[in-house]
Amino acid sequence: MLAWTLYLSFAGAVGMFLLPRENLRAPRVLALGMAVAGLLAAVGGALQHPIGGGIVVIAKQTWIPSLGADYFLAADGISLTLVLLTGVVATAGVLFSWNIELRPREFFAFYLVLIGGVYGVFLSFDLLLLLVFYEIAIVPKYFLIAIWGSTHREYAAMKLALYSFVGSALVIAGFVAAYVVSGAQTFNLLELAKFEYPREFQLWAFPVVFVGFGILAGLWPFHSWAPTGHVAAPTAASMLLAGVVMKLGAYGCLRVAMTLFPEGLAAWRGVIGILAVIGIVYGALVALVQRDFKFVVGFSSVSHMGFVLLGLATVTTIGLSGAVLQMFSHGILAGLLFGVVGRMIYDREHTRDLDQLEARHLGRALPFAAVTFVLAGLASMGLPGFSGFVAELSVLIGAWQRFPRLAVIAGAGIVVGVAYTLRAIQKAFFSGAEMPSPDPFQAGHGESAISVPEKVGAGLLIACTVVVGLYPRLLLDWIVPSFNSPLFDGLRRGAGL
Amino acid sequence: MDAHVLEHAAESGSRLQDLAWMVLFAPLITAAGTHMFLRRERSLAAGFNIAAVALSFVLSVVLFAAFAGETVAGSPFSWMPVAGMDISFGLRLDNLSLLMLLVVTGVALLVMLFSTGYMHEDPGYSRYFCTLSLFVFSMLGVVLADNFVMMFVFWELVGVTSYLLIGFWYDRAAAADAAKKAFLTNRLGDFGFLMGILLIWSATGTVHFGTAEAFLTAHPLALGSMASLAGVLVFMGAMGKSAQFPLHVWLPDAMEGPTPVSALIHAATMVAAGVYMLCRVFFLYTLPANWPDWLGFLQGIPASSIVAWIGGITALLAALIAVQQNDIKRILAYSTLSQLGLMVLAVGMGARLSAPNAGAAMFHLFTHASFKALLFLGAGSVIHACHHEQDIWKMGGLWQRMPVTFVTFLVGSLALMGVPLFSGFYSKDDILATSLETGPILFSLAVGVSALTTFYMSRLLLVAFLGRPRSSGAGQALESPSSMTWPLVILALSSVFAGWQIFGVSQFLTRHFLPEYRTHEFDPLFGPFNHNPTAAMFGFGAVLFGMSLAARIYYGAERDPLPGLMGRLARAMRHRFYFDEIYEATVVPLHDAAAAIAGWIDRWIISGLLVRGIPGAVEIAGRALRLLQTGNLQTYGLWFAAGAVLLAVFTLKR
Repeated sequence: MLAWTLYLSFAGAVGMFLLPRENLRAPRVLALGMAVAGLLAAVGGALQHPIGGGIVVIAKQTWIPSLGADYFLAADGISLTLVLLTGVVATAGVLFSWNIELRPREFFAFYLVLIGGVYGVFLSFDLLLLLVFYEIAIVPKYFLIAIWGSTHREYAAMKLALYSFVGSALVIAGFVAAYVVSGAQTFNLLELAKFEYPREFQLWAFPVVFVGFGILAGLWPFHSWAPTGHVAAPTAASMLLAGVVMKLGAYGCLRVAMTLFPEGLAAWRGVIGILAVIGIVYGALVALVQRDFKFVVGFSSVSHMGFVLLGLATVTTIGLSGAVLQMFSHGILAGLLFGVVGRMIYDREHTRDLDQLEARHLGRALPFAAVTFVLAGLASMGLPGFSGFVAELSVLIGAWQRFPRLAVIAGAGIVVGVAYTLRAIQKAFFSGAEMPSPDPFQAGHGESAISVPEKVGAGLLIACTVVVGLYPRLLLDWIVPSFNSPLFDGLRRGAGL
Repeated sequence: MDAHVLEHAAESGSRLQDLAWMVLFAPLITAAGTHMFLRRERSLAAGFNIAAVALSFVLSVVLFAAFAGETVAGSPFSWMPVAGMDISFGLRLDNLSLLMLLVVTGVALLVMLFSTGYMHEDPGYSRYFCTLSLFVFSMLGVVLADNFVMMFVFWELVGVTSYLLIGFWYDRAAAADAAKKAFLTNRLGDFGFLMGILLIWSATGTVHFGTAEAFLTAHPLALGSMASLAGVLVFMGAMGKSAQFPLHVWLPDAMEGPTPVSALIHAATMVAAGVYMLCRVFFLYTLPANWPDWLGFLQGIPASSIVAWIGGITALLAALIAVQQNDIKRILAYSTLSQLGLMVLAVGMGARLSAPNAGAAMFHLFTHASFKALLFLGAGSVIHACHHEQDIWKMGGLWQRMPVTFVTFLVGSLALMGVPLFSGFYSKDDILATSLETGPILFSLAVGVSALTTFYMSRLLLVAFLGRPRSSGAGQALESPSSMTWPLVILALSSVFAGWQIFGVSQFLTRHFLPEYRTHEFDPLFGPFNHNPTAAMFGFGAVLFGMSLAARIYYGAERDPLPGLMGRLARAMRHRFYFDEIYEATVVPLHDAAAAIAGWIDRWIISGLLVRGIPGAVEIAGRALRLLQTGNLQTYGLWFAAGAVLLAVFTLKR
């Protein structure tokens, strides 16, 4: 069932080219159909997944026998959470791209390839296959930004591509080394994770692979691609970029770097924790001085991903669960924030400069956007009732057990998070003139009223963050038992999980 | 102890305590319903939300009648499983929460009734009631929570809903700024609160109030060198919500919200949440002083002393500031700060009694809730009548034009001053007696605050209600409609009687902290003079002194003579001791500078140097690599083999 997520996405991408060129409507309908089908497949697969169960094999075929690479798809609670996230963000992304009129076939083809690659990474338990999907996910980003993007799009696309490929190069180097050193003639992650690499080897292999993946997760100081990339990308692409592509990096760190090289992790954990906390505080501080609304959201992503990395560095069940939950939470919220800023505001106002927006009374002109952004902002400040709170609380608890000082600083970062979010909310929506206003509950009228697809997309994302925030067990009941699977034996042995 | 409570709950067939869930959720349901269906149905929205809060109030009375004196738990449900332990949401009903339920739902109900009159013209009428219900829901969650995490969850919700209420008129820049300031300051305190929770959790392995209390009673040294720090961190949360120095700056600005909101938030609920929370975790403050090495200079000072001193400083500063404010709501706001300071002081002092208890603080919270809500609503009635004039020097002579408002306001003021027979007298006397037992300095401070309170409230009464009208608005003022005066009358009655011993609130609370406490005899109305004559005489003396001084200075005054008499001090008091300016001049630039530096690093070092540097390096590497990219398969094979050999050598060498 879960494998259909990626097959449907790729099929949709191919299907785009069967559509007539003149028809502007068909591509988005097809894309929506495929994204929704993918989401349904993800939900279906999740419902089939045994609660508390470990790794469920989906497909296993010999692929390149001479290398020992298999077409090996499987899922545990972590994959499941992220596959669900991808399905939700992909669907919302199409809904927020309903107004794409420039070469929609190509746009949605790249979009679906990207999604398919992401699904593939989350489901691959074979390193070579994972790498292939990883690269498949990276390439379309370049085109999405370079062709459909805005501000400095060529620069941003190139920067993103360079960062990604440097990351991949490190990852490939690490994989090859791991393959050769183990001598096991297999790329099967489960097999490789059983192998105990020599400590000296782990000490350099771990940082290579972790940083390789970490670049994509916005690991400070390698985060610089993220804000520029997010800003330049078209709305749907920034939603995917912040929503799921950054998760690829964090997922790789957890799934590969940490499980293969637990002793390396144990040695480097403190450094990662410090970098993560710097990312949290630094991202928040930089967000505080941005004038471009999208940069605010972009740097907030760096800050929030810092919580994911901090959770990983704790190597406690609660910290790791919190990290996975934060991946989900941030994916949803980043999608929502970029959706509001990129689609609801920028496409209508043609500016994202907070000083200019200040004069436009968007709270009154676009009340739906205002309410949505306030909700998303409250959620991203880590307020209870939304998913971010549970995730950040879990990470902080985990961090408190390992590095209490870092936990304190990370907690202070949350306060700065409040400051930049409130600043953005007030500047963009509720400032300026003193004039009588209609009740913001009453929807705006006129040609620029928020369209139905946008409302559905925003509603979907808000529902996800609220449901998980109110009842986190929904995901935690899958995530927490995942860490009992044999894949994490090494972590238990080498890093004291 | 709590295992026992839970068993008790599970065994007994009656699930009456689960009504508490309904108390909690009724306002949420109507808030959601209003938001979804009743945005344009003004009176329906108001009625619907009022009915929900009324239901909560009635159920609270039922629960009070059924469970007073017991400790029971509403059925918990598991919320978040983590690392072998479960964070569940459960409700705790004991004397503390039962009484607080009555206060919150009762005051909220009256405030909502009052609002039907006060907010009648407002276009956001439905939104107003919807947010108010949401606020009541959050506050009830804080009251009923049986563990730290759940309390923190609702604690934050109180912060958010108060943000929405303070910024209700978000078109006004001042309101939006005030909302932002309140939220940020609260978040700052909550950061400490959260850290305190994590600390307690890691030391005791539980976040459940009952379990943690039992554990710490059995092992008072379990928190080790973190004992006092945990108390102070948790107290930071209370400093934010209850607006204690130095986080007090948000409360006066928060008066930008609609006046009934001020009555609800700043008298009975949100600001009281901090004091309530301190009473809830009172067991933390009876632990012996113990600081980690890096805070060694505090060794020997218990957390409770810090709490008491912060409360005392807040009480004194705010009372001094109140003396020189001219905005009727701001006077009440600073008075609230000052009274909250007294309550916090009582918590800190109570922890150092020979039989530690925070009964005095909760008692004062209880009486203060009704008379301060009364004063705020009375102020609302005055402002409404004077066409939104808030300067007391532009009022005057209102006693003739608004008799009901005047009489009720007078009752509230007398209660606040602590005049015998009025509720505030009894609760303030409890605080004075508590502080007399533990230290003369804080006792004299509390007496001084008492005198100042009487002074500024007398000034307010003399200037705003007596004398002759000093503006046309005041001259034409008319008594408010009955929807606004009835709540005033009800609150006035409770402001008189709430403190009387015959209702036993004080003993009821003391029993919460000291189960073996026995009431000896029925106390007459002047009981305090028998129990602790020193405290009562000093308190009464302070009232007489403040009143006569205010009468001398302000009787018939047309302008404020105090600046002429006190010069610079009066100016400092008028300018609120320049706290906002000091923060503006220190914290804000510091914060901006940090942000600017981080922004600069990102722009010039990370993006500029490294990122533009890397492509340069990449280009050089690319040229080097081009030498390798021959397109010849054999060469590639050779390089691959060489690499593999290198790796093999590298590994085999070890």
